[in-house]
Amino acid sequence: MRRYVIKRLAQAAGVLWAAYTVSFLVLDYLPGDPVTAMASAGMDSGQVDPKQLAALRHEYGFDKPVLVQYAEYLGRAVRGDFGDSVSTGRPVTSTLADALPQTLQLTGAALLLAVLLGGGLAVVATYTSRRWLRQLLLSLPPLGVSVPTFWVGLLLVETFSFRLHWFPAFGNEGLKGLVLPAVTLAVPTGAQVAQVLAKSLLTALDQAYVETARAKGAGRWRVHVRHALRNASLPALTVVGLLVGQLIAGSVVVETVFSRDGLGRVTAAAVTVQDIPVVQGVVAFGALIFVTTNLLIDLVYPLLDPRIVVASDGRASFA
Amino acid sequence: MTALPVFRSPRWAALTALLTTSVLLTACGSGTDDSGTGSTQPKSGGTLTFAVGSDAGCVDPQQVASNETIYSVRQIVDSLTDQDPRTGKIVPWLAKSWEVSPDARTFTFHLRPGVTFSDGSKLTAQVVKDNFDAVPKLGALATLAQGYLSGVKSTTAVDPLTVKVTFEQPNAQFLQATSTHSLGIESSASVKKTPQQKCSDGVIGSGPFVLKQYVQNQSVTLARRSGYDWGSSLWSKKGEAYLDKLVFKVVPEAGVRAGSLQSGQVDAVASVGKANEAALKGGQVALLRRANPGVVFGLSFNNSRPVLKDAKVRQAILHAVDRQQIADAVFPTGTRAATSILAHTTPDYTSLAQDLTLDAAKAKSLLDEAGWKTGPDGIRVKNGKKLSLAITWIPNAATNQPALELVQQQLKAVGIEVTLKQVQVTQLAPALQAGDFDAAWGNVTRADPDILRSSFSTRLANFYRLPATGLDTALSAQAATTDPAKRAQLVSEAQQLIVRNAYYAPVVELQTQLGVTKKVHDLNFDASSRIQLHDTWIG
Repeated sequence: MRRYVIKRLAQAAGVLWAAYTVSFLVLDYLPGDPVTAMASAGMDSGQVDPKQLAALRHEYGFDKPVLVQYAEYLGRAVRGDFGDSVSTGRPVTSTLADALPQTLQLTGAALLLAVLLGGGLAVVATYTSRRWLRQLLLSLPPLGVSVPTFWVGLLLVETFSFRLHWFPAFGNEGLKGLVLPAVTLAVPTGAQVAQVLAKSLLTALDQAYVETARAKGAGRWRVHVRHALRNASLPALTVVGLLVGQLIAGSVVVETVFSRDGLGRVTAAAVTVQDIPVVQGVVAFGALIFVTTNLLIDLVYPLLDPRIVVASDGRASFA
Repeated sequence: MTALPVFRSPRWAALTALLTTSVLLTACGSGTDDSGTGSTQPKSGGTLTFAVGSDAGCVDPQQVASNETIYSVRQIVDSLTDQDPRTGKIVPWLAKSWEVSPDARTFTFHLRPGVTFSDGSKLTAQVVKDNFDAVPKLGALATLAQGYLSGVKSTTAVDPLTVKVTFEQPNAQFLQATSTHSLGIESSASVKKTPQQKCSDGVIGSGPFVLKQYVQNQSVTLARRSGYDWGSSLWSKKGEAYLDKLVFKVVPEAGVRAGSLQSGQVDAVASVGKANEAALKGGQVALLRRANPGVVFGLSFNNSRPVLKDAKVRQAILHAVDRQQIADAVFPTGTRAATSILAHTTPDYTSLAQDLTLDAAKAKSLLDEAGWKTGPDGIRVKNGKKLSLAITWIPNAATNQPALELVQQQLKAVGIEVTLKQVQVTQLAPALQAGDFDAAWGNVTRADPDILRSSFSTRLANFYRLPATGLDTALSAQAATTDPAKRAQLVSEAQQLIVRNAYYAPVVELQTQLGVTKKVHDLNFDASSRIQLHDTWIG
């Protein structure tokens, strides 16, 4: 078990470093630079004095060789210092710290909704013996995955805010303001949970142990939930790990449609003006959340299925 | 110009329009459409909630250049002067009077006594000097403000209420510059802060409103300054503002802004595009519009490119563009086709509509004269080379792409091949500097005709690679002239030289369009087509 944990931690650190390095290289490769972006922000014509730009570039250290910049950034990042935002001058860590709670609220609520609704849908769809109902329910997840998030968002705003006046159309205030964005973000996520869980539930129900359980006289619901669902939840759990990454990505669109503050908005703004320190901070941070979630899931696996540690000790990796 | 989210595609706009139009249909069914319900007597009190599309991440008026951020921060600071939006005339504000030396190099302002900043400190000549000394040090962080003060030799406090600004070169535009938000006067304590501190914490001004709270990407909240008594001479109300509070909410999605206005969640919205007009017409909403002064939207040519060196080719482009079609099809209702290089709201604008007529036959004959003969595919050819040019543009407004696609079709009809080259905002300045473009699409907002000198004088950056001509003489002379009539005549001459030589192809005037509920009164545009909220009241 210990070797398993250490190996997982080392992998996590590797992923973080790779994400940081790749994002640095991509940002460096992009044409244009953050100083020009900042100076021409809001300007209509791009007529900015080249001498001033050079001075500003020097001030921010963008005139140093790429490798030196990389080493400096990485050195500080390891100590948790991502420098200052080029566009606002605020430290990146406090910019992210301010935005984080908003996004955690949003993604947390969306994930909860997604698991409850998606899971519930899968269980009901596979449990029902009415064929038409099953077909109908099983056709919902592909629909949920394929509709664009911003469209769902606008539809919900239009109905529940502009028409019914139940919820505010924008802002971060209170539980009411959280409902529509969380539902919007939960639609594609929940649909994926439902798809995966329904499939593995159907597979599980065909397994021999289910027959055995039935033969022993367990009720239909008990077999479905206690036996089949427990086994079917492993693949769904893997998907939840991936969904966390997706939720963070989805927050860019949802936070824009609902005018919420959060990591998504910070990211969108930083990318537009090539605010390199902020983008680097977001990437490192996003990778950290993603890696941590998957690490936790990996650590939960052996609890659900003890065979996994044995297998993993013998082979390089799984999942 | 305002920065828009990157995914704002025409399809997105159409979808938004579709959704918001359905709001309108329901709203019409139940709406009373009675604009007479509100009172007609101005009254104090109330909160104005204003939804804007973007946040520049900075609340220092001296540093921001984005229209939608200017709406809020403009209310915090006063300026030495103000500019009448109807006449373009410069009138008193913090300065009760001024003198300009005949050579337009020395400007002496006599400050109004008794003005205080919201931290209690007094407005003195020294504070103004502190401001003008500090602004150039902001450098590229404050491109607008810094440009207005470029070439400043010294600022001196002659006595406690008299300040003198001297320039190395004649600089007639400076008087108008003192009326802008960019040279808004901040308290000495604010001036001493770092640019970053001023951006995130805000500044102390002497304006009719005080910054209460700034949450980046969310909102700017302002409260009325009690005891305010030194408003611009243009304002109708004396003393304090009517409104208690101003709340600017950042709502990036245009459809959500429109819907929020219709459903009463906000009182006013900025940047209403064509797609959202239908949703807002009628009912309890009024659309306010004004053309932005300055250089109109159009094609700035790289006049050194072999193809574009020939004036006949450039003139052919001028006559091949159907400006009215572009204004009608792409831009908000009321947008005017360009009738000069300057928008009609710019002081000393001269109508050159006669030179900017759509005339495909003339365009074709000009191209024939220049030796470009129609090739087999309809595109003209000379010495085996195609008449082809690329238009460089940035996606900073939803109207850019559809407008340019129309330009592309219109030019193709006379045998000119156009490719559209989209670059990111960060790539435009380097491309202009390096001369790495055929033509670029853009505009510049400025309520002073000196903007022509910044853009077209070969003695400055000369991004458009013009040859040195009599245009330089006219541009320099207008900057050195304090006689209004003479300046107007020189500016008119400069406009004619630019348009008749087709150094630039004017297309449409950028129009600022706001949506405002009918209970909001006297929300007025200033000379730069931004807003002034001192006189605004809700009733």
